[in-house]
Amino acid sequence: MSVPEEHRGSLWNVLTNVGVAIGGAIGLNALLRTLRGQPEATPLLKPPLAGPAEHTPREEIVEAVVAERQHSYLDDGYTVRSWLLSTDHKRIAILYMLTITLFFFIGGIAATIIRLQLVTPQGGLVQTATYNRMFTIHGIIMVWFFLIPAVPAVLGNFLLPLMIGARDLAFPKINLLSWYLFVFGGLFTTAAVIGGGVDTGWTMYAPYSSLYSNSQVLAAAAGIFITGFSTIATGVNFIVTTHTMRAPGLTWFRLPLFVWTIYATALIMVLATPVLAITLLLIFAERVLGIGVFNPAQGGDPLLFQHLFWFYSHPAVYIMILPGMGIVSEIIPCFARKKLFSYTTVAIATFGIAGIGFLVWGHHMFVAGESMYASLLFSILSFLVAIPSAIKVFNWTATLYKGSIRFQTPMLYALGFIGLFTVGGLTGLMLASLAVDVSLHDTYFVIAHFHFIMVGGMVMAYLGGIHYWWPKISGRMYPELWGKLAALTIFIGFVLTFLPQFVLGHLGMPRRYFHYPPEFQALNILSTAGASILGVGYILPLFYLLWSLRHGEKAPANPWNATGLEWQTASPPPKHNFDATPIVTEGPYNYQPEESERDNRSSEESERDVSATPGR
Amino acid sequence: MTRKLKTEAPSRVTSFPLTRRAGGLGSLALLLACTKAKAQEQGFPLGPPQASSISTRVDAIFYTELTLALIIAFSVCFLVVFFCFKYRHGSRANRSNPPSRNAKLEVAWIGIPVLLALIFFAWAARTYFDMYNPPPGAIDIYVTAKQWMWKLQHPEGQREIDALHIPVGRPVRLIMTSQDVIHSFFVPAFRIKQDVLPGRETTTWFEATQAGKYHLFCAQYCGLNHSRMTGWIYAMEPADYERWLSQTQGEPTLAAQGERLYEQLGCSGCHGASNTVRAPTLEGLYGKPVPLSNGQVVIADDRYLHDSILLPKLQVVAGYKPVMPSFKGAISDDQVMELVAYIKSLGNNAGRADPRLPQNAVGAGAETTYQQQSVKARIK
Repeated sequence: MSVPEEHRGSLWNVLTNVGVAIGGAIGLNALLRTLRGQPEATPLLKPPLAGPAEHTPREEIVEAVVAERQHSYLDDGYTVRSWLLSTDHKRIAILYMLTITLFFFIGGIAATIIRLQLVTPQGGLVQTATYNRMFTIHGIIMVWFFLIPAVPAVLGNFLLPLMIGARDLAFPKINLLSWYLFVFGGLFTTAAVIGGGVDTGWTMYAPYSSLYSNSQVLAAAAGIFITGFSTIATGVNFIVTTHTMRAPGLTWFRLPLFVWTIYATALIMVLATPVLAITLLLIFAERVLGIGVFNPAQGGDPLLFQHLFWFYSHPAVYIMILPGMGIVSEIIPCFARKKLFSYTTVAIATFGIAGIGFLVWGHHMFVAGESMYASLLFSILSFLVAIPSAIKVFNWTATLYKGSIRFQTPMLYALGFIGLFTVGGLTGLMLASLAVDVSLHDTYFVIAHFHFIMVGGMVMAYLGGIHYWWPKISGRMYPELWGKLAALTIFIGFVLTFLPQFVLGHLGMPRRYFHYPPEFQALNILSTAGASILGVGYILPLFYLLWSLRHGEKAPANPWNATGLEWQTASPPPKHNFDATPIVTEGPYNYQPEESERDNRSSEESERDVSATPGR
Repeated sequence: MTRKLKTEAPSRVTSFPLTRRAGGLGSLALLLACTKAKAQEQGFPLGPPQASSISTRVDAIFYTELTLALIIAFSVCFLVVFFCFKYRHGSRANRSNPPSRNAKLEVAWIGIPVLLALIFFAWAARTYFDMYNPPPGAIDIYVTAKQWMWKLQHPEGQREIDALHIPVGRPVRLIMTSQDVIHSFFVPAFRIKQDVLPGRETTTWFEATQAGKYHLFCAQYCGLNHSRMTGWIYAMEPADYERWLSQTQGEPTLAAQGERLYEQLGCSGCHGASNTVRAPTLEGLYGKPVPLSNGQVVIADDRYLHDSILLPKLQVVAGYKPVMPSFKGAISDDQVMELVAYIKSLGNNAGRADPRLPQNAVGAGAETTYQQQSVKARIK
């Protein structure tokens, strides 16, 4: 590159040359360091007791971090094309993250309209037809375009290869294809919304959806159908990766729990999603071709739709929650500085949930016209599917015992998960009770139950995971105070929104009601008030996480002193993840609470220093 | 090793000594006991009125489960908060030999929940059985749901829309069908809910124990005005009910309307005394076993009569030719109901709930396919 004539010999020229020289020196330094290998990438999975900056002057930290930063996956091309055509699992994870965040806020707007509408018993904010479209699109978007992809496609994509010491997933191109399928499906669903909306409810029961609804059922069904293939592709990728690409020494029972849950989730994705695809095709067949699969006038059976739909949709809720449980299983040992209690049992419980989860779909149909004998079976199985989840909750609690506990933001989310998931799970048992479900089915009790699990559980786990791995993903620390504030706001807002709904459901307020009797108003107002707080809580991370990309403290490789292979590489990682294939010789979560206590600084001091030397 | 709390403990975390926790649980139990007692009264804010014979039993399960759930949830939350406080970084607690397994504890916390699960499953299932067995002597009410209203017909002919008057103290069986999409008949005060499907009949039953006016909701999303498809159940003292019945006479009974249809459609041409085509007699048919041409024996219940009119070739009576035409599309669901009511009135059955019928003995809140019906008949 030649310097233009008029600039030669000028101050600008001098500065540029000096700048290039310094940059070159730094770059060369970094290059040499990289070629030599990072000191932390040792074969052992021991968490460093002293962080990299215990006695190191601040300037050296910055330089080392900058040097690491220069070769991260984020620097591997700055063009839009390099992002949109990247097969790097980390970049694809970011693409997913942006997309699902967008969908989350669209679904959130629909929820806002619902809650505002329900402040008065006779409504009035929007028309009935609009309201029906609002709860439908809220459900469709939140289930298929947020909850199902959130942890697997964002954190799973980013972390699975890192956690097993691999360079990428087994099928990087299919990974990129899965994102495009996701976006393509999202476009169809957006088209459905723009084209007038869908008003069938996210469950799309026949014959209303197949014969009577005059809304954009086909566009929405097409969107979900296409996105389903994104899910299947991701699932296949994860299964093959976990089987074939683990680092030497990383046996199955040395895997982090997050990998176990992602693997189990991937199995469910691959087995259950095709059933949804067929169900949607049958809706298409009835709606467009007039084949009376569900139409009794043509010899069809509307109950068949429900069986097919719930055969997928019940395992789908385990697709949503299992990865969240995996995140909690990572965060709690790290912030309690203690091994996960009874690791093997938790791993096996994951498969218990996944397996039994395929056998309980009929509990959505106790009053639908299902045979009483089938209902009995589904009821007992639904009770039993709660047992592995209970095991996990008890194990997380026991992990805290004799730990050395710190309360940074990820831990707050994980602790919140334990409480809210427990409540949600216990109310699920009430719904599994046949006689009681007759009253509670299709009321706000069910809505409260699944929001406690999906939002109080899953979304909090997702946010906890985002905060926990934010340094790894972005190379920056988020501002801890804002993180804590948002976590607290979300918790309070959530409880205020959904706890009154249990009472509403028990009192008899049905779901999907645009009008309701006036005696239900007080609880509805309480719920809407909570929703407004919850909304604020969700918007906060959007701001401070974005802020942290520019102004956040630069993160070292292992700010939390966590175990796990992902922390043995730079933050953010280079494109190829590891400079040398790690060799694993120990099980996971090799934390020592007593050693952590020997660092005698008080917890307040640790937290003040968190921006300088994060975590200890 | 001292267990005293550090005096400089951060004040934002409160302590939970054992006595306070016991007191908390005690007052919770007292509150729940008062709640249960108050729940007997109408309009208590935490639950619907207990207005049917099954309401107290269902509520007993619900409130017991709720109590247990609260205990478990509070225990977990308490332990989490307690451990977080006691073992927070910097506290002087004993952290030696932190356990990562405890077989006895794990067996306990797996075994006890399994046991509790079985107990609650069995209790709820038992109550569920009873919710699908109307006792004999139930009043049959025919319900047709359509977007977006409820049409209810009494056996004596009274028709109601979005309202149902019934007497206290007598079981009422609802025989329901839909004219379009799936709806659901939901009366919170009676703790009943049953989806209403097109193309088949589903049944449920209740016995009101308390006079009053109770909400009726449609509980299965059915389109635009789903939330307006509501009504009222008027449970009345028997004297008031009789007065209401006599005041709203004026419509021919269901069976009478059925008789008129029977003549109009020419049914007596084959099934009547002076028939030209040989067809099974309908006199006294309702509730009797019917041998079919394929060797099975079925009971002639509402579903059998309904299907015989609309799908006559499905179950052909033994010894008869399958020559009956189908009336599907020629008559409405309401008219089928009227014909069925008429046939039931022939002989000495007069619409009583026949105890020999499968749906009155082995629970059948929902309509079963004819295959299942035959299986049940054989089991009996």
